[in-house]
Amino acid sequence: MKTKISVNQTDNPHSHEESDLVARTRALESLLLEKRLVSTDAIEKLIASYENDIGPMLGAKVVARAWIDQEFKKRLLKNATAACRELGIGGMEGENMVVVENTPTVHNVVICTLCSCYPWPVLGLPPNWYKSPQYRSKMVIQPRKALSEDFHLEIGSEKEIKVWDSSAEIRYLVLPERPERTEHMTEAQLTSIVTRESMIGVGQLNYKKKIRNGKRKR
Amino acid sequence: MNGVHDLGGMHGFGPVKIEEKEPTFHSEWEGIVFALCHAKPAWLYNTDEFRHCIENMNPADYLAARYYERWLFTAEYYLLKKGVITRKEYDARTRLFKRNPRVTLPRVYDSKRVMEALRLIHEGSSTRREVPRESKFKVGDRVLARNINPIGHTRLPQYVRGKSGTIVRVHGIFVLPDTNAHDKGENPEHVYSVRFDSKDIWGQSAEDNETLHVDLWESYLQKP
Repeated sequence: MKTKISVNQTDNPHSHEESDLVARTRALESLLLEKRLVSTDAIEKLIASYENDIGPMLGAKVVARAWIDQEFKKRLLKNATAACRELGIGGMEGENMVVVENTPTVHNVVICTLCSCYPWPVLGLPPNWYKSPQYRSKMVIQPRKALSEDFHLEIGSEKEIKVWDSSAEIRYLVLPERPERTEHMTEAQLTSIVTRESMIGVGQLNYKKKIRNGKRKR
Repeated sequence: MNGVHDLGGMHGFGPVKIEEKEPTFHSEWEGIVFALCHAKPAWLYNTDEFRHCIENMNPADYLAARYYERWLFTAEYYLLKKGVITRKEYDARTRLFKRNPRVTLPRVYDSKRVMEALRLIHEGSSTRREVPRESKFKVGDRVLARNINPIGHTRLPQYVRGKSGTIVRVHGIFVLPDTNAHDKGENPEHVYSVRFDSKDIWGQSAEDNETLHVDLWESYLQKP
């Protein structure tokens, strides 16, 4: 297949200086504004939406609801996109979501080896480490070691690790296991213990940590 | 293409660096690049063209670049290529902002564009296509990921090529990136979640009790 984009590889290396990146960005923005191809208010809306409104707190709501409502959980595992919509959650980079469930015998972890695919409507924009060559290279070849060494998450070899490489347009969210002895907690309290990392599969809930710290203090 | 972006299984990058309390954008320009890439007219480029352009960065630049720098590179590439801006006006404008960072930008208000942005954020733009077509494979089928090495765009990672796995989910029909990135049409195909045993991919280097699940288009697969 003839590729249309080949000229870039012979270009001189670009400057990675912050001041050059700022100047290039402002130059593009000003030209596009002058040509009326973009608007200031749309740019501000896009930035503010992902800085303030769309983030892991939405995924945490989905997880907490699945923990307290078995029927919702069934729908979520069957069609995550539709189930999230019930909670008013959905949109760009989450048009086709799949939720994978952690169990006593299975631990799930999500990755995109080819770029940076990530379920924006439930987790917001991905952190730098998720998009880094470090994470993308090692999490498919030795995930158990990477989880232990880089994320301090120990998964015993009796538990299967399922790695989900987001190589197409499906976006994955991990449903962590509900901790024991949380029957007394309200939905809002449950939401507060769900961490971004637990929904990617690289970290724990905030709950265990609290208990452990508490024990250490005593 | 067998590019530097296809990182699965590579060694030597060192530990994952996790930043505590990481902001959504690390600098103002990152947020603006992010927004421009979504506020831009839809005809400028599609997602597959966008990804392929990033893959075509000079490999050393790709690795050295900040994440949104790759987006900036791609926005520049298509704006220049499609003649929306000229190299001359862009270079002159970049020099102006480099010399004088305090120059203020025009402010343009357009409620229609805000509505379009909100629709994109909250509804997205799916590449799923409702085509009445039977899937060639079903859950439980053994399949072989084809050993193809196209010079153009593909979403078949190198680490699964030539390896056998099992279909675990049929996702539906989606636009084929391999043609959509090259102005050769959407050619929608079934996409499958294929489970590979880690041992079948990495041999003796694999850890025990691990499986890799990769989403693959139908034409990436054949019967073993």
